[in-house]
Amino acid sequence: MAYLDHAATTPMLPEAIAAMTAQLAVTGNASSLHAAGRLARRTVEESRETLADALGARPSEVVFTSGGTEADNLAVKGLYWARRAADPRRTRVLASPVEHHAVLDAVDWLAEHEGANVEYLPVDPYGRVHPDALREAILRNPDDVALVTVMWANNEIGTIMPVRELADVAREFDVPMHADAVQAFGQLGVDFARSGLAAMTVSAHKIGGPFGIGALLLGREYTPVPVLHGGGQERHVRSGTLDVPAIAAFAVAGRLAADGREEFAHEIGGLRDDLVAAVLAAVPDAVLGGDPAPGGRLPANAHFTFPGCEGDSLLLLLDAQGIECSTGSACTAGIAQPSHVLLATGTDPDLARGTLRFSLGHTSTKQDIDEVARAIGPAVERARTAGLS
Amino acid sequence: MTETSQRPLRVLAAMSGGVDSAVAAARAAEAGHDVTGVHLALSANPQSFRTGARGCCTIEDSRDARRAADVIGIPFYVWDLAERFREDVVDDFIAEYEAGRTPNPCLRCNEKIKFAALLDKALALGFDAVCTGHYATVVLNEDGSRELHRASDMAKDQSYVLGVLDEKQLAHAMFPLGDTLTTKDEIRAEAERRGLAVAKKPDSHDICFIADGDTQGFLASRLGTAEGDIVDESGTKVGTHEGAFGFTIGQRKGLRIGHPAPDGKPRYVLDISPVNNTVTVGPVESLDVTALTAIRPRWCGNAPAGPGTYTAQLRAHGGETEVTAELVDGTLNVSFTEPVRGVAPGQAVVLYDGTRVVGSATIATTVRRSEAGAAAG
Repeated sequence: MAYLDHAATTPMLPEAIAAMTAQLAVTGNASSLHAAGRLARRTVEESRETLADALGARPSEVVFTSGGTEADNLAVKGLYWARRAADPRRTRVLASPVEHHAVLDAVDWLAEHEGANVEYLPVDPYGRVHPDALREAILRNPDDVALVTVMWANNEIGTIMPVRELADVAREFDVPMHADAVQAFGQLGVDFARSGLAAMTVSAHKIGGPFGIGALLLGREYTPVPVLHGGGQERHVRSGTLDVPAIAAFAVAGRLAADGREEFAHEIGGLRDDLVAAVLAAVPDAVLGGDPAPGGRLPANAHFTFPGCEGDSLLLLLDAQGIECSTGSACTAGIAQPSHVLLATGTDPDLARGTLRFSLGHTSTKQDIDEVARAIGPAVERARTAGLS
Repeated sequence: MTETSQRPLRVLAAMSGGVDSAVAAARAAEAGHDVTGVHLALSANPQSFRTGARGCCTIEDSRDARRAADVIGIPFYVWDLAERFREDVVDDFIAEYEAGRTPNPCLRCNEKIKFAALLDKALALGFDAVCTGHYATVVLNEDGSRELHRASDMAKDQSYVLGVLDEKQLAHAMFPLGDTLTTKDEIRAEAERRGLAVAKKPDSHDICFIADGDTQGFLASRLGTAEGDIVDESGTKVGTHEGAFGFTIGQRKGLRIGHPAPDGKPRYVLDISPVNNTVTVGPVESLDVTALTAIRPRWCGNAPAGPGTYTAQLRAHGGETEVTAELVDGTLNVSFTEPVRGVAPGQAVVLYDGTRVVGSATIATTVRRSEAGAAAG
């Protein structure tokens, strides 16, 4: 068995499981005023402080959500609505075309239903948005930009965006910028204050925490229009009873992810380099996706395109041998679609169907890499015989 | 001896989301085979949810298939064969109707999709066989040759729609439902016992790519409407129609002929002429066919040498009738011992020797008793 799909989700850390299970037995709604409520509140606020510290933010800037998707929706829709309400001219949304669907579909929805004028920023062949491109887009009319949203690092091909530089450009024009940092957290130095971002999405289950909990890091000067209305929790921008056990576990995982980040990135980057070398040795015409420079991509990401193969076929063949990875792209009703990320980087659509993403994590070993090295050559050969149907 | 009792094979189970294919996959897995489930996405736009089982094109069917695979404990994938399906089945279906014939898309799908496109991909990926929920039996002879037979339960038999398979395709086909005497209720009970949620799902019976069952409406939307005459056997106009393609030989309902026939008897579609957009109607006796010719013959095994006596089936769920058949220059000439009614060009004639499928061919022309040997249709 080789689990190499940590970008989809990674096993929970034992410390996070302990924190979560301990809290599951504790009664108390963090909004209640009695002792049980105060105890829950204390757990939530300590967790908030821990996470804020791990992410270079102030505690009040941590808004808990049900996960990355909700945080992305809150940032994109909420900031759009708020900015437009303050000035009706602000309907232009500048987004990278390689965003996760949680952002991509949210901005498309705004275009379809809320009159947003969505502009996709140009990307280079590695899927990177350059600050000059953002400046050029804003300069076309600085007064009508509602927000900018560019992910910190790409979930498919691993390319890291120049977030700090992009945020600087946006700040120059007083335009709030959001970044989906779901893949970056735990692998890159993610510091909210230093980033200059207005909003940033993180998710627990990608860093060894539980499912169903995430956060939007939100600068104190921003008040997005809520997506969820209700009891007014979380600065009134995200109502809903706080999930104390999940929040506690998220904080534990976040603390460990931040503290161990450099060592983890170094070790996992080494394993990843071995994997890339092994795959390219077995399949010389495989194409490494994303930025090949070590500093240009997520250390745990290895993405390949195999000409003449269907990614689905490769997935099936590797799965049958206990190797679990992903094509990297989303599917519609289970049908693999050519990756929008690769299409945005100008990859030929047929080529874009033959992708595999291996993503490593805290349980990855040399043995996992050896298994891939053994299996990938014959699998690609077989998948090529099956061809592109 | 049947395939399921052979050495463990790597089997790709086509799972439509219905109860039959789910139980078939479960039986194959239980027999010790290494089974992987696959749902074929055949619609270019599978975005609809529909209640019930209307074939194989909805997200709900795909989910049902996935759920069944999870319960059986086998890997599951969705393969997009929509483009092949459109080219080989849907476009062919429309073209056949346009030419005045009555195609059977299920046969076509088995021949071109399940046991061609799907099978080819399966073999290329290292699978040994494709498993479906069809009711039919594959018999492995001692010399290694294979025969396709009717299902043990004649009432459920689906060998007719598999009659297009040649021996090479049969060699990689597995029909785990075919060799047991199993009523549909028992299959449902088995599904229930196996924890398969599709146990109570209604049967599919119409054409999977025509969601609402309105074949005429589907054809009209693709081919447009073109008003033409309905005439009787003497050529006298008795009504109008909105497109000759919408009719099937032997059809009685939906003719909308204003006034009754001189003899007061019901009238049936005798002939469809797309060239002059004319539909000919007449009394039921005029439907009697004594012989037919059929093209594109496909044989399960060797083509028969010389004339032979067989039983023939002329449509899905149709009865058997005794015939003599002979292959002459690639055309199958079939004579009926007793005249038969409602034989539609475009349908398949499947020849049987006892329960064994000998082969099949597509009906091209028919000889009516009333025409004393002149070919029609």
